[in-house]
Amino acid sequence: MFLQQIINGLTVGGVYALIALGYTLVYGILELINFAHGEIYMIGAYLGIIFLGIFTASGLTQYSLFLSLSLTVIMSVIVCSAYGFTVEKLAYKPLRNAPRLNPLISAIGVSIFLQNYVMLTQGATDKVFPHVIPVTIIKFYNVTMTTLQIFIIIVSFFLMAGLHLFIMKTKTGKAMRAVAQDKVMASLLGINIDRIISVTFIIGSGLAAVAGLMVAMYYGLVNYSIGYMAGIKAFTAAVLGGIGSIPGAMIGGLVLGLIESLGASYLSSEYKDAYAFIILILILLVKPTGLLGKSEGQKP
Amino acid sequence: MILDVRALTKIFGGLKAIEEVSFKVRRGTILSIIGPNGAGKTTLFNCLTGVLPPTKGKVLFEEEDVTHKRAYEITAKGIARTFQNIRVFGSMSVLENVMIGQHTRSKEGLLTAIMGTRKFLKEEDEIKSRAFEYLQFAGIQDYSDVLAGNLPYGDQKRLEIARALATEPKLLLLDEPAAGMNPQETKELMELIRRIREWGKTVIIIEHDMKVVMGISDRIVVLDHGVKIAEGTPNEIQNNPYVIEAYLGKEEVF
Repeated sequence: MFLQQIINGLTVGGVYALIALGYTLVYGILELINFAHGEIYMIGAYLGIIFLGIFTASGLTQYSLFLSLSLTVIMSVIVCSAYGFTVEKLAYKPLRNAPRLNPLISAIGVSIFLQNYVMLTQGATDKVFPHVIPVTIIKFYNVTMTTLQIFIIIVSFFLMAGLHLFIMKTKTGKAMRAVAQDKVMASLLGINIDRIISVTFIIGSGLAAVAGLMVAMYYGLVNYSIGYMAGIKAFTAAVLGGIGSIPGAMIGGLVLGLIESLGASYLSSEYKDAYAFIILILILLVKPTGLLGKSEGQKP
Repeated sequence: MILDVRALTKIFGGLKAIEEVSFKVRRGTILSIIGPNGAGKTTLFNCLTGVLPPTKGKVLFEEEDVTHKRAYEITAKGIARTFQNIRVFGSMSVLENVMIGQHTRSKEGLLTAIMGTRKFLKEEDEIKSRAFEYLQFAGIQDYSDVLAGNLPYGDQKRLEIARALATEPKLLLLDEPAAGMNPQETKELMELIRRIREWGKTVIIIEHDMKVVMGISDRIVVLDHGVKIAEGTPNEIQNNPYVIEAYLGKEEVF
């Protein structure tokens, strides 16, 4: 029972972590809570259905499931990144030097716009993810898991490790850290701030696309409003880990997923969605900087 | 002339921070900018490096108009600077700080990095070894793996100079490099600045410590209330009545 919930928790938590990374990356660089990020994730889920639908209709899925799924992932990530990139250019960049509240309001506006845009173009009813992926149930002692769960956990961890290496090792990753610490100094060292901000939105949106795609596969249903709840939970995960901290978002997402699934099985599943918010309130009361966050005072 | 500043003016609201300031800098020399607090020295630096857009006037760097270029573009052209207060990236290692300075000078693309190609790894190694040379030049090579925020004050100042040099500038602007240093550190700093000039680079420094200014400058520009009131060799400046007046007040002249 306990081990079962750990597996379930890691599955959901991995997805939360991927979305939370988008929040924390953007916050680290712009000090902006990008409330439209949940919608980017939702669009990722829809794109998965659309592209897989296209590939299935064209016969590619029947020819090679692996090829079809890979292309679906790649195309969803590219298109979703384009959404994130465009949102930043249109809704946040013009407000770069405005008071901090303005881009926040703009983010909420983008969120409402994207939800309604998807509702109008895709309809208000649930969309079903194409049933093309064979799911095998694996029993291990008294733990039941599906191959899909294992796939989600592996992909989440793989992406998190990849992002960590990218941030720590590459030139662009170092530039991102430099911009997060001191924009003026970074630009004086030859870093194009606008480019780094775009890269940040592209990476965050790409991760959200993968998260959306995996959730669509996992639950099988997608709706234009799923971005709201997922966005708020991932935001909670980012705050739990310490907003602005990349390892914090990863840990925060996994911890939140575990708390939800353990709470649902040991306490009450009725309150499953409430646990996230109870945690959010507790952190804000007890340790507002989160598990790995730095206090504002330490920022130069 | 490496730098030609023509009638540069910066107005904040109603305040003229600098007004019609003009001067030229010869390649391979050290120019000091001095003046009482609030004279507009740092504003001048901000206008030269693209941190603030000037209201009027022109900045020509190597005969090219860079007045309204953005900070990272000006850095790419070959102007680097440090700040009065320390601005190292505290949560990165000393070496990483300098590697970031190399950012504009390496061609590593996003794609080669993601693919982890041999070209990427080779370039990484080159950046690392070059960054290490700058640390050696500034005399802080022993601390390369230390978090920059944990360095003692004087070494953080050296790190900032090393990092600025890593952008491979032709012109280096130093804003009060000796501030907060003890006499020994100041002496070593002057030595470092002289070595930078010997290396063929041009240096402009803002400095309050007159021993430093008179000791290393080839020429001096004096600002007061945003206006250039004097320019000349250290000897000329020391005997200029306007300068003495600006520093000491009118009554106390001579």
